[in-house]
Amino acid sequence: MKYSRINTPGKVLQSGTVSCRLQDSILVISGSLRISGSAGFVKTIIKEIAHIETNVTAINIDELEDIDSAGVITLFYLKEKLTRKSREISIEGGNSTIRKKISLFAPDTTKKEETPAKPGLAETIGTGAHRFFKEYVFGFTVLAADVFYWSVADLFRKKSRRKGEFSKQALKIGANAAMIVVFMSFAIGLVLAVQSGGQLRTFGANIYIVDLTVIAIMSQMGPLITAILVAGRSGSSIAAEIATMKVTSELDALKTMGLDPVRFVVVPKLYAALFTLPFLIILANVAGIAGGAVAAYYNLDITPEIFFNRMGSIMKNKDLLTGFVKSQVYASIIVLTGSFYGFSVERGAEGVGRVTTHAVVVAISLVVLADSAMGLIFY
Amino acid sequence: MEKVIEVKRLFAGFDGIEILSDVSFSASKGEVTAIIGGSGSGKTTILKHLLGLYDIQRGSVSVLGQDLSLLTEKEMNNLYLQMGVFYQDGALLNSLTVAENIALPLQQQSNLPDNLIEEIVRMKLGLVNLEEAYRLYPSQLSGGMLKRAALARAIAMDPPLLFCDEPGAGLDPVSLESLDHLIINLKNLLGMSIVIITHEVSSILRIANHIVYLDKGVVVFEGSTAEAIDSEITELNDFFSAILNNPYKTSRS
Repeated sequence: MKYSRINTPGKVLQSGTVSCRLQDSILVISGSLRISGSAGFVKTIIKEIAHIETNVTAINIDELEDIDSAGVITLFYLKEKLTRKSREISIEGGNSTIRKKISLFAPDTTKKEETPAKPGLAETIGTGAHRFFKEYVFGFTVLAADVFYWSVADLFRKKSRRKGEFSKQALKIGANAAMIVVFMSFAIGLVLAVQSGGQLRTFGANIYIVDLTVIAIMSQMGPLITAILVAGRSGSSIAAEIATMKVTSELDALKTMGLDPVRFVVVPKLYAALFTLPFLIILANVAGIAGGAVAAYYNLDITPEIFFNRMGSIMKNKDLLTGFVKSQVYASIIVLTGSFYGFSVERGAEGVGRVTTHAVVVAISLVVLADSAMGLIFY
Repeated sequence: MEKVIEVKRLFAGFDGIEILSDVSFSASKGEVTAIIGGSGSGKTTILKHLLGLYDIQRGSVSVLGQDLSLLTEKEMNNLYLQMGVFYQDGALLNSLTVAENIALPLQQQSNLPDNLIEEIVRMKLGLVNLEEAYRLYPSQLSGGMLKRAALARAIAMDPPLLFCDEPGAGLDPVSLESLDHLIINLKNLLGMSIVIITHEVSSILRIANHIVYLDKGVVVFEGSTAEAIDSEITELNDFFSAILNNPYKTSRS
């Protein structure tokens, strides 16, 4: 058996402002048992008590001068430890103030909540899959159906439509994003042409930089860059706006006024995105090709005249149509994803931040997936 | 009696508008001091000065014997360890559960082992009758529950000085009475000094020993609760008469 100092008759163990000793079968605690001293008391004295040889029958606190709530909890913790070693022991003595504090701060063991059992792997996978289909797949489908219904129905209810809301949203989602879309597309078109130009020059195929730039920008890069930028910019804004409205009970207020939140909040945004995204994609295409033309001129000595003459023969109506279809799909994805996450917010302000992040990540991922699918369809 | 708070000739104003004008009062150790007054009287501005959240423009504010204008940031942080603050809207951290909110000061400011902290958290929740909220997030609580959880966090460290900003607002009468009893217990058993900003006259009569009445940024009365009730100051009379003359209220009895 490990030796314990407390087993020595008359030995007083001190820890900060608290001390204790074993007197016959009674553990006598004295001093001040407060939050500042409780930690040390627990660490030192309770370790000693683990090796106690006597059968302790009670804890005496007659010599205890002061105690606070942490001290009371420590006292009961000690009692529980000693009870495990022997039998039920009591806390005896103490002046009236200390007894009152003990009765006020004593832990209520009868109400102790049981920690829920940790689920197994199969249960975790099953619960996760069920949640995914119920909350995400089903929830997203229901919202999409709701948005589709209201976006069609609203076309025929001009009178009850909010005046100026469409143009306000078109400005926010479309016009305000124009500069960043133009700048980014120009930069990407430029870099694409510079990097490809080196390879083309090796084969003496400089002129094909026009084909490469135009096809890459119009069929892929232009729409994709635009969608990613709008998803980051407006998708987050839609999610945060709707989530904040939910947290601050604005959506409840709309419902109790007889207004459908989807119609009131989401539909104008969808109209605006569907209307402005094609224009943004056209801007992105123009800027990207212009970037390519600049690179072709300085890097491959292809004059703008040659570039634009050849460009006319490469461009097809199909590319414009593809770009338009893509813009409608991307617009729907961005607005629906932002709205879905906005409506699904929980836990107040912290939840708003979380759903906003999710909305952007998921919207961009869905845009890339849709782009891949449409890339194969329109190939 | 030892003073835990001493405010002397405090002036405060924002954007050229004077909020507090020559405010002086004190609060004694082991007493419940109620700072009362109508809306816009400057109660919250005083509280923010007492908490060191506003710079002192003129005058002095002394808390637990320390002049706030002379304290360094480290000294102020040490002073905060001796204060508990119960904010009107709870001010619980939304990303943490109720239990984690209450455990936070204990984990950060003491060396107590986790199992004892858990027991303390359960006990504090028991004190405010909120055991069921242990695993809940603040957003899942009602207004009254949120207040009780905030009080549990404020008293987590058994601070010698507790500030309560409108503790009773939004509580039903039964919850308010049990909150008042808890405050009386904290004062009597732990010797806690409590400063309350409130409009609840029934609470004031139940728990306050000392009253500071503010009107338009000026202290118009300072004295015991009995003196406040018997005072002939018109504004103070109006404040109390609103409830005392109400035949359906029996709080004074």
